[in-house]
Amino acid sequence: MNTNLLARAARGLIWGVMTLFLANIFLMIAAVTTSSIARRWLGTFLPDGYTFQWYLDAWKEFQLGAVLWVTAEVVVAVVGLSLLIGVPAAYALARRDFIGKRWLMLLFLLPLMVPPITYGIPLATVFYKLHLGGTIYGVILSNMVPALPFVILVMTPFIEQIDPNLESAARVFGASTRKMFWHVLTPLLAPGILAAALLVLVRTIAMFELTFLTAGPDSQTLVVALYYAVFAAGVRAPQSIDAMAMVYMVITLIWLLIALQFVNPTQLVSRVKEQPQGA
Amino acid sequence: MAAPLHTRAAGLDRTLFLVVPAALFMLLVFVYPFLYGLMLSFTPTEGGALANYIKFFTTDNLWPTIGTTLKLAMPATLINVGLAIPIAYQMRRKSPYQKWVTTILVVPITLGTVLIAEGMLTYFGPRGWLSQTLQFFHLYEGPIRLTHNYWGVLISLIISGFPFVFLLILSYITGIDPVLARAAATLGADPWQQFKQIYWPLLIPGIAMAFCLAFVQAFSVFPSAVLLGAPQGPTRVISIAAYEAAFEQYDYSLASAIAMLMGFVQLIIVAFVLGMRRVFYRGPVTGGKG
Repeated sequence: MNTNLLARAARGLIWGVMTLFLANIFLMIAAVTTSSIARRWLGTFLPDGYTFQWYLDAWKEFQLGAVLWVTAEVVVAVVGLSLLIGVPAAYALARRDFIGKRWLMLLFLLPLMVPPITYGIPLATVFYKLHLGGTIYGVILSNMVPALPFVILVMTPFIEQIDPNLESAARVFGASTRKMFWHVLTPLLAPGILAAALLVLVRTIAMFELTFLTAGPDSQTLVVALYYAVFAAGVRAPQSIDAMAMVYMVITLIWLLIALQFVNPTQLVSRVKEQPQGA
Repeated sequence: MAAPLHTRAAGLDRTLFLVVPAALFMLLVFVYPFLYGLMLSFTPTEGGALANYIKFFTTDNLWPTIGTTLKLAMPATLINVGLAIPIAYQMRRKSPYQKWVTTILVVPITLGTVLIAEGMLTYFGPRGWLSQTLQFFHLYEGPIRLTHNYWGVLISLIISGFPFVFLLILSYITGIDPVLARAAATLGADPWQQFKQIYWPLLIPGIAMAFCLAFVQAFSVFPSAVLLGAPQGPTRVISIAAYEAAFEQYDYSLASAIAMLMGFVQLIIVAFVLGMRRVFYRGPVTGGKG
């Protein structure tokens, strides 16, 4: 009886804490939304009037068009290249056992265990020496450092689930490795590739540190442009910064919701978790 | 999951070539810069090989950054893990709202540190909704200060870190076969005893892993420490020091040294936590399946 009451109290407390947490986050988002469409908002509970003027201002002031274009270029390149290099590597790791495989896995795990600033600073130093720093190529390459291991970690267990007999059958009928890859494996892997692509996409849009360290004035992605806008606040109207923040949030949110249609977040993490144990 | 295929073909296995581009990329863009940075940190602009490290530990606005960062990252990680365990435990059974709650909890991941900072400046600021509501109901008089100080950064670390830790721990908990708990229930164990006797021992490796990954995120806090904190004072974290050395003083050598120290401190904590795990370790998380 007593323990039952305690358990109920504990459950109530947990739900209470969670509701409070979420309520504050949603109010926070609502505050940014309200501010982005407020004509003037100074210390009152709700603004005097509403306008979409700030979105136009943000578009012009922050060159949002150019920034969005750079962001799209970076994201497409990072996702495409990571898949192109990562999926074959994941295939080899899933299907073959070889000397040094553990070391290779460690090499692919390490970038996810080291904070991006730690390797981002030496990386940016090297890039500036090679005249890659401040260019879009530098931004793409540095963003691939965490993206490529991520693709490999997601894809390896996925490939392990596919029956190797299908490949043997294709071989029996005389398919070359390349043909087998395109006509047998790629269709089977499509759901996994899609999931990995969407997750890398969301991560790359949100990746601040590496882009910040390697980007120049005309190779900034949206999140870095947003940082500079907030950092230099005071010069510009807060509403137009909020408008920019809204653009950023809507873009990531749309992609995340699309990703969630294809990926069960809890399963994804457990797949990633089981992988290093070679389960 | 199929076991890896052992094909011991004569000569070189051509499938292995598929891993070469990825390995090469990591060596060139991750390992080489890292080693280059390590070398660079021992070749300072002036003084002996250890001059950068000596400078770090003798300069008043450099060495305390380690403590400052730990003072932010440790509580944030502990709070996130501590909150995530009971909430994830509540969600362990498949239910109609399990999917909804996880989706809603994942949303803050998309916000990113910069948007959270901007939102917090608006919402928690001295004239924000929270402050106005508290004053309206006379719950707290005077201005509340939750931005531009330690608390602002801590709150933002919790908002951005919690969803990730929660997802990770939830996936570990749902990976434990509920049959074990049911067996315990048949023997008269209430939910608390089930947690203590069944889930907790099996969860320890997962919690250690989640702690480490969450700590990596919190330890490299940068944008929120600048935007929400007091970057010259109480929230001058180590990444700010590294950034300033590299891009304001253009002393890449010192910056590399700070980055290396950052990685080193981080590694000590991770090694310690994983070592603790070994002390408590009792069996694989997925034990009892099948």
